[in-house]
Amino acid sequence: MSAPVRPASRSLTAIDGAIALIAVLLIVQMWLLTATLEAFLAGHHGVALPAAIVSAVLFAGCVALYLFIDRADRASRQPSGERP
Amino acid sequence: MLWREEFSVHAAEERYVTRRQFGKFLVLTSLGMFVGNLWILARSLWRSEKGFPPMKVANAADVPVGSVKVFRYPGANDPCLLMRTADDRFVAYSQKCTHLSCAVFPSEDGKRLECPCHEGYFSASDGRVLQGPPPRPLPRIVLEQFAGGLWAVGVDLGERDS
Repeated sequence: MSAPVRPASRSLTAIDGAIALIAVLLIVQMWLLTATLEAFLAGHHGVALPAAIVSAVLFAGCVALYLFIDRADRASRQPSGERP
Repeated sequence: MLWREEFSVHAAEERYVTRRQFGKFLVLTSLGMFVGNLWILARSLWRSEKGFPPMKVANAADVPVGSVKVFRYPGANDPCLLMRTADDRFVAYSQKCTHLSCAVFPSEDGKRLECPCHEGYFSASDGRVLQGPPPRPLPRIVLEQFAGGLWAVGVDLGERDS
C-alpha cells in the first residue's frame, strides 16, 4: 500500500501542472502571432481582429493559471496549523 | 534588469527561481504575444483607413517596350519596378522580395523577376511565385493611365491565383 500523498506535495503537482498548461497556451499564442503576421503581410487584414480576441482569451487563461499558482504556492508555504 | 537577477550567468550570483517567478515570466511572455497581436490589429485598421495617394510614375511614351523604370510608392522607402511588357501593357511591383526583402531584378528576357539572395523567382506578368522560398507573390502596384501618364493608385497585397 502506497504512502498517503502529503498536501504540500499535491500542491506542487498542481503548480507544475498549471505551469505546463501556461506553457501550452504560450506555444499556441506564439503560433497565433506568427500566423497572424503572415496573413497581415499577405494582405489578409480581416484575421487581425479575431486573432487579437483569441490572443486576449489565451492571455486571460495564463493570468488565471498564474493566480492559481500564486495562491497554491502561498498556501503550501504556510505552516499546517494555519491552513484553513 | 529583472531577468539578469533571476537568470544570472554568474554562478555566485545565481538565485533560486521559484515556480511562481517562472510562472510570472511565462505570463509576461504571454502579455508580449497579446501586445503583438494588438499591434497587428492597429496596423490593419490604420492602413485600411489611410489608403494610398495617387502618384504619377512616368509618361507612357517614356517607357519603351521591355524597359524597366524604378520608382518609389507609396513611401520613400518602398522601391518599385515599372515594366512595359507589351505595347498596351504596363505592370508594376514592389521591388522587395516577399521572403526577406532583398531587391528583385528583372531577368534578361524580361519574363521573370529574380531575387539574387535566395534564388526566388516571380512571374513578370502577374507577380506570382515561380520558384524558391518566397511565401507570397510580389505586391502589385495598381496602375491607371490618364492623359498619357501612368499613375500609381494603390497596392494589391492579396494573394493571386496562379
